Amino acid sequence: MTHGHGEDHFRDLDSAPGDEREEFELAAGVRGYLLGLFLATLLTAISFALPWTNIIWKPGIPVALVVFAIAQMGVHLVFFLHITTSPDNTNNILALAFGVLIVFLIIGGSIWIMNNLNRNMLPGGEQTQMQMGH
Amino acid sequence: MTTADIAAPRQDPYHIGHGHGHGSLARGHGEGGPAPKRIIVGYGFWIFLLSDIVMFSAFFAAFAVLQGETAGGPSGKDLFDLRITAIETGCLLISSFMCGMASLAAEARRALWFHAAMAATFVFGAAFIYLEVREFWVLVEQGAGPTRSAFLSAFFTLVGCHGLHVTAGLLWLLTMMAQIFAKGFRPDILRRYLCFSLFWHALDIIWVALFTVVYLMGAGA
Repeated sequence: MTHGHGEDHFRDLDSAPGDEREEFELAAGVRGYLLGLFLATLLTAISFALPWTNIIWKPGIPVALVVFAIAQMGVHLVFFLHITTSPDNTNNILALAFGVLIVFLIIGGSIWIMNNLNRNMLPGGEQTQMQMGH
Repeated sequence: MTTADIAAPRQDPYHIGHGHGHGSLARGHGEGGPAPKRIIVGYGFWIFLLSDIVMFSAFFAAFAVLQGETAGGPSGKDLFDLRITAIETGCLLISSFMCGMASLAAEARRALWFHAAMAATFVFGAAFIYLEVREFWVLVEQGAGPTRSAFLSAFFTLVGCHGLHVTAGLLWLLTMMAQIFAKGFRPDILRRYLCFSLFWHALDIIWVALFTVVYLMGAGA
């Protein structure tokens, strides 16, 4: 894409999610999807292999799995859904950011609150006795 | 393919915008007129998908909270066969890739390639559903149905909801093939296809979270 006089205005326009911005080229499109498939397969393979190896300290494996899952979701978003950080995608990214915020609030909040409740309601636990001593 | 319609300056018979077609073509600033229909449709469907993902997050939260509540019954460690999960993951990933190929074929207006890629998308999606139904069947046969424990209720709800989405997607896929076959690459049909491909790729994203949280972490990682 040339960046001459008036051409820059194209950058201000919007894109639908799933649409690529560049002039349509079949070979480039196939290459993009192949790269996405390769990266996604790689990350999936690592995720599935991880629990059977000793590369990572055992208690750290769940965290590593979550990291690889988020990376793979990023790969899917960029290569399959074509959600990018370019200006034409601002609306799509903002909607995604809001969705991610809500998802984290629901999942993180639920786990946090329920863990707290579970710990505080242990029958005969030290915490209960401590609270009753007041 | 949309670059051409995007680039063409919108007619603005009432001169609502300030630029009168000379200045910035940016939309949403009172200039350049409304966005093309394809962008509006795609954006609206993207909002729907995000709300669907928020709904899934509630099921994920329920599963995360109830994971340990096995009521003396089997846990994920005893039940999950990760080889099947790996095959399911591969099926869905290839299906998603083939859907991308179909998108490219639609953009290139190659009907034969489009139908071939869509058929492949369907086959791998159907294989995924077959494996999942079989897995559910084996679990219920073992007495580990959704009524056994809170953990299994949450498991069947979460994974089953994703499976229902994929099943609905398969029906939609067949509908899209029939519409492209009967009506050709009309703009309105292509907008529907855009929504379908977004839906299909989004289901794969949810599956990534699913196999990580439910199967890999549940199987005692």
